[in-house]
Amino acid sequence: MMTDLTELTIAEASAGLKKKEFTAVELTEAYIANMDKHRNLNAYVCETPDKAIAQAKISQEKINSGQGGDLEGIPLGIKDLFCTKGIATTACSNILKGFVPPYESTVTANLLQAGANFLGKLNLDEFAMGGSNETSAFGPVINPWSKDVPLVPGGSSGGSAAAVAANMCAAATGTDTGGSIRQPAAFCGVTGIKPTYGRCSRYGIIAFASSLDQAGPIAKDVTDCAIMLKAMAGFDNKDSTSSQQPVPDFCKVLGADIKGMRIGIPKEYRVDGLNSEIASYWDKAAAMLKDKGAEIVEISLPHTKYALAVYYIIAPAEASSNLARYDGLRYGNRVDGEHLDDMYTNSRTAGFGKEVKRRIMIGTYVLSAGYYDAYYLKAQKVRRLIRDDFIKAFEKCDVILTPTAPSAAFAIGDESMQKDPITMWLNDIFTVSVSLAGLPAMSLPIGLNHDGLPLGMQIIGKSFDEENVFKAGYCLEQQAGFKRK
Amino acid sequence: MSIDANTVKKIAFLSHLKIEDDKVAATQEEFNKILQWVDQLKEVDTDNVEPLVSVNNEHLRLRQDEVTEGNQAEAVLANAPVKEYGYFVVPKVVE
Repeated sequence: MMTDLTELTIAEASAGLKKKEFTAVELTEAYIANMDKHRNLNAYVCETPDKAIAQAKISQEKINSGQGGDLEGIPLGIKDLFCTKGIATTACSNILKGFVPPYESTVTANLLQAGANFLGKLNLDEFAMGGSNETSAFGPVINPWSKDVPLVPGGSSGGSAAAVAANMCAAATGTDTGGSIRQPAAFCGVTGIKPTYGRCSRYGIIAFASSLDQAGPIAKDVTDCAIMLKAMAGFDNKDSTSSQQPVPDFCKVLGADIKGMRIGIPKEYRVDGLNSEIASYWDKAAAMLKDKGAEIVEISLPHTKYALAVYYIIAPAEASSNLARYDGLRYGNRVDGEHLDDMYTNSRTAGFGKEVKRRIMIGTYVLSAGYYDAYYLKAQKVRRLIRDDFIKAFEKCDVILTPTAPSAAFAIGDESMQKDPITMWLNDIFTVSVSLAGLPAMSLPIGLNHDGLPLGMQIIGKSFDEENVFKAGYCLEQQAGFKRK
Repeated sequence: MSIDANTVKKIAFLSHLKIEDDKVAATQEEFNKILQWVDQLKEVDTDNVEPLVSVNNEHLRLRQDEVTEGNQAEAVLANAPVKEYGYFVVPKVVE
């Protein structure tokens, strides 16, 4: 074989498949070999190579007869938060070990419909609660960019970002509640987009915080994100918050002129003590877009500083309610007890990890009688102010440019992160407001820091305006010329 | 606002989580730190601000109240840790 097939992007692999340069089975086998080679990264928690090959064979027949979908023959990794029919799905929690869904999530069904095959299920923070993939019941994922010390891949979609960076899948699904697609994409030097809330169906995605959860792709570049998102998105009757807005062909805007596009730079994101390398890349990214004819405008998002506090009330509140379903009775881990309540308590105590328990308890507290108004209702009010900030800002600009995360990837077991949960939560400082406002946002790699670790830039769009995000993202990608791992 | 040890135990009880006696104090301290941190929201003026319940601007859809995928008892029970005669089995509830 002339080139390593796993180096190819989806766009390149699709072209190669159509030209019969290689087969879908060869492509899938190349990825399976790479999964084997990089097993030490702990990116996959369940591998399904036989299923992937069988699907690839069907895809090849379709390709041979000139048929097939947008992802025909493309091998993907699936975050283990998506229910996959007949394939174990755990949310990386002991409470769901052994759970085999009898149904398929809408997003994964859409990907299968488009011709993709699934190499396996990817590691994540337990129930997607974390920013480093260290809360997984299957242990942490190692960032492929690690040198001497093993680094975190970010989280919660840590397995997804690491697998894409190490060419262990052509692209992966992720979910994002407060930054869980964008921050790991930044830490691993890959590209990810959280679309507008309602773009992708939540049906069959294990729920964390339902008013925030949104699926999206993590891929090798902006173009692949556009191909993936188009396949994943769309109206679904099975999700009451699924949007009826038509899904545009995001690929059509890639390479479009950005002359006159207004790029907002929020002054509140220049936080005290912002890492100087990140600040300098931020300036460079703005300059690159300006070079291509965009107009840079300063904007204000005055309630930004409250976003984390709002998020850490609303997300745990919704989580405590969503996770009430894990009772040891209908699925998952059961630890018997004398009475029914004992069984519930024993099963949940044994099944949930530390961070999940912490959030269930915070959520239970802020929703409990006497505290509901002071915490939950107050947070919902400030959430509106945060969203209104964006609506106002978007009167002056078309997209907003910010860093994705306040640092590069840190070490697994980092002491300051472990000591205080709030320190870990501060990683989401640039991503949570967007989630609270339900807006689309992409993270793409912009360059390396002094340690040779990737840093990401975030492009935020108006509600249901992923097209401008893709347009600006593609332009920035071309200008930055970031070299993938 | 700060919480006492009894509140910690009560929250654990409401959450159906067991908390060992020797873990109560540490949990209480951690919770108070978090609550102190979120208390910054008090400084935001939210008079006359409606709570934002959903970012979705479209109306929630109504559907016919009818069975769409019925007769799935086997699939529904497939993952149950303990089942008998087509039912979930629970510890004895009534003495």
